[in-house]
Amino acid sequence: MDATLSFDEAIEKFDPVLGFEVHVELNTATKMFSSAPNVFGDEPNTNVNEVDLGLPGVLPVVNKAAVESSILIGLALNCTIAEYCRFARKNYFYPDTPKNFQTSQYDEPIAHDGYLDVELEDGTVFRVEIERAHMEEDAGKLTHMGGATGRIQGADFSLVDYNRAGVPLVEIVTKPIEGAGARAPELAKAYVAAVREVVKNLGVSDAKMERGNVRCDANVSLRPYGREKFGTRSETKNVNSLRAVEHAVRHEIQRHAAVLDGGGTIVQETRHWHEDTKSTTSGRPKSDADDYRYFPEPDLVPITASYEWVESLRARLPEPPAERRKRLKEAWGYSDLEFRDVVNAGLMDEIEETVAAGASASVARKWWMGEIARRAKLADVDPAALGVTPAVVVELDSLIREGKINDKLAREVLDGVLAGEGTPTEVVDKRGLAVVSDDGALQAAIDQALAAQPDVADKIRGGKVQAVGAIVGGVMKVTKGQADAGRVRELILQTLGVSA
Amino acid sequence: MTNSELIRSSAANLATRLAAKEISAVEVTQAHLDRIAAVDGALNAFLHINTDEALSVAADVDARRAHGEDLHELAGVPIAVKDLIVTIGQPTTAGSRILDGWHSPYDATVVRKLREARMPILGKTNLDEFAMGSSTEHSAFGPTRNPWDLDRIPGGSGGGSAAAVAAFEAPLALGTDTGGSIRQPGAVTGTVGVKPTYGAVSRYGAIAMASSLDQIGPVSRTVLDSALLQEVIGGHDPFDSTSLTDPSTGLVAAARLGNVSGMKIGIIRELHGEGYQAGVENRFNESLELLKQAGAEIVEVSCPNFQYALGAYYLIMPSEASSNLAKFDGVRFGLRTLPGDGPMTIERVMGATRAAGFGDEVKRRIILGTYALSAGYYDAYYGSAQKVRTLIQQDFNAAFSQTDVLISPTAPTTAFKLGEKLDDPLAMYLNDVATIPANLAGVPGLSLPGGLADEDGLPVGIQLLAPAREDARLYRVGAVLESLLEQSWGGPLLDQAPELAGAAAGLAGTKEAK
Repeated sequence: MDATLSFDEAIEKFDPVLGFEVHVELNTATKMFSSAPNVFGDEPNTNVNEVDLGLPGVLPVVNKAAVESSILIGLALNCTIAEYCRFARKNYFYPDTPKNFQTSQYDEPIAHDGYLDVELEDGTVFRVEIERAHMEEDAGKLTHMGGATGRIQGADFSLVDYNRAGVPLVEIVTKPIEGAGARAPELAKAYVAAVREVVKNLGVSDAKMERGNVRCDANVSLRPYGREKFGTRSETKNVNSLRAVEHAVRHEIQRHAAVLDGGGTIVQETRHWHEDTKSTTSGRPKSDADDYRYFPEPDLVPITASYEWVESLRARLPEPPAERRKRLKEAWGYSDLEFRDVVNAGLMDEIEETVAAGASASVARKWWMGEIARRAKLADVDPAALGVTPAVVVELDSLIREGKINDKLAREVLDGVLAGEGTPTEVVDKRGLAVVSDDGALQAAIDQALAAQPDVADKIRGGKVQAVGAIVGGVMKVTKGQADAGRVRELILQTLGVSA
Repeated sequence: MTNSELIRSSAANLATRLAAKEISAVEVTQAHLDRIAAVDGALNAFLHINTDEALSVAADVDARRAHGEDLHELAGVPIAVKDLIVTIGQPTTAGSRILDGWHSPYDATVVRKLREARMPILGKTNLDEFAMGSSTEHSAFGPTRNPWDLDRIPGGSGGGSAAAVAAFEAPLALGTDTGGSIRQPGAVTGTVGVKPTYGAVSRYGAIAMASSLDQIGPVSRTVLDSALLQEVIGGHDPFDSTSLTDPSTGLVAAARLGNVSGMKIGIIRELHGEGYQAGVENRFNESLELLKQAGAEIVEVSCPNFQYALGAYYLIMPSEASSNLAKFDGVRFGLRTLPGDGPMTIERVMGATRAAGFGDEVKRRIILGTYALSAGYYDAYYGSAQKVRTLIQQDFNAAFSQTDVLISPTAPTTAFKLGEKLDDPLAMYLNDVATIPANLAGVPGLSLPGGLADEDGLPVGIQLLAPAREDARLYRVGAVLESLLEQSWGGPLLDQAPELAGAAAGLAGTKEAK
């Protein structure tokens, strides 16, 4: 493993400059240039046709929906949308690229010169300048079999799945990000999270990093403080979780610092991120002279984005995530901490829907951040993925407020809902979980409880009304928790002739 | 009709007689298959003969016609397809070892249209490998020979289609034209060949050499037949983004119009004279005289940038080809060759496959194109060539502002001997000097027979050029000139071609194993 300086020492000595290339897979129905389905997770090589395989004679046709998604991303990133742009061929031989060139965009991206305001944990807003967002096609997926590293070198053979070949991608490239200092790793994570949030909010990508819907290449370079010229950068490829982005940037800063501090020079190269060791290893040398022999794609006509088209798409833009957060936080009246926890738990949508369906903001938060989050943690899934819908929460809340169930019973009702027994009301009926509020049935239980604890009964008669809890507990025990505790208390006091 | 009459008939004539049920599609198809069996041993025009399917399509046409079904005008008229165009049910080789044995799982759009018209496909015709050449000598499956003289080239890259039509093996054929591959073979075999306006015919399923230059077009013995065929294969195709949404129509009507009175026809100063064979010049001047007599006005125009056309072409074409041919790597289809020694890496398998599968001319162009696109050279080569292309388009615009059509010899010479220019690529490239400008500008061009050169008795081609989307003008002027010339010859030029049967017998057994 490469030598590193401690992060603090690295930052004390050097000024980090970052840059990101984030690839976003679009969730269009079909591929970028063919009518084959764009579906994740199917049997290998089933979602391919002659175009995806690059068979002799085929021609690409641009997917209009993908262009619209790309324009939406450009607009959401505050970019200028090019009135005229073209595709270009990036030529290189690799078996995951069926034509041995990738149809991409080169000097004419569809969107350019934008920015994204990124909010750090403490609320600081950092503006990241966007250089460009361009359209391209994804490559197939190679699986290298045998060999020690899982990479193509040393493998016995490789399997290729072209289902992903031709999936529409938008590559978002930042300008060099300066001035992040010690917050560089945190900013890296926050930036990628913000991009993910933007595309998810637009609905143009499934935005699941674990499926490779959002993939990040992180560029890091260091320079002495006060120097304008950038240092030599490394590009860590395919860092595919938010945590990994943060760790990879941190590691590269520490590694660069150790090299530079020791009088060495950084090699311009790609690096591979290793989750297990939290470190990078050398990939292939990369220089600006890498020659992909780009030229305009002659099989496609240029894309002209008319003012009317762009404006009609702009009108479709959803509320920007940052503005939405601000609005919801105020509307819900949560504290900074409460709201941040909701955001981090990924439950903003759920709470918004729950409130919209009639629950109060505090009830919605109590359920989602409480019982549901607790169960999700046990099941090791996202709370939103547990299977509880906002409608269930609202119904549980109504049942409680109507006195039909109490909090304890509500948890049992939730068990039933998650077990597929129906709506909360149906579960209450099927399981017979309704609170017992029939005075006749309760009176018998009360009499039994009073008889069992005569001393407590005497204390209450004697004016120690707070001792009533012990009798209530006895009643609940007898009724297996199904009694309406409020009503029980009233009846006990009534029975003993004590006023509350 | 005798078999000889059937194979010598024009497609239009066959169509009329088929519709009248005077002849059957099976009869017509069988006559051509018989002709192929008789003479193709000498010519090597076909790489694959599609006997069963052709006869079955023909039988189906006859059955439908017998039931009174309303069929396409050309239903039952057989056709040959250049082996650069993919077909289900037959191999497609592009004239290359690298695709030897490959069968396409899909039909080219033009092939789908032929099937919809119920035209029996006789087989796949020979070509220079990946359409790279002007003589068909660069085919991996042996050269095609010129029916006028078996020691001479039939032109290229579409020598197979032109020779097949000239030798009465097929009344019609499809070609592809990137720099003259339909028109120059037409010129040297005494047949008609048309490169339509870029985008008039879908390229989907034509194996790409240079995407911005390639165009599929008709090969025939008469101007009207080419018009009939272009109307079958033309039109917008959603699978080809570069296909026109409004291609020109009325081609057949234009060919039947028969009138050039009052039309302005421009001679391009830069496309005749020096460098053109004397017999070519003579036949060219005769055609001008005939058009003048028919009431056309002949004017001279200058296209000064045409002198750079060949240079620009030999940068743009190989650049695009180097990228288009990258997919032939042995990974997914076609030939796979393993390296003889050393480590077995994917790069080395790709390299060994391409080294074994591609011929010299293909490698030459890939290397040229790779170089021209390289960082640091792009602006000087590919970039400059694109600028020249714009200048050539401007020359055409200026010329067409003064004229209705332009006229030139199709090729500077008649058919040269096999092997004559094989070791001199530049001399070979020069044969396309008059045809290349049309590809660079995307305008349509038609070549028709202009007679025989005095010095060698071989066919000379006359090229007509029209503005983009004005393909109809080519057919209008071409049909008139064809008619005037045939009057002067007392019949079609191909009537003067030597009898092939005797020559074929003399050469029996020379056909290379396929």
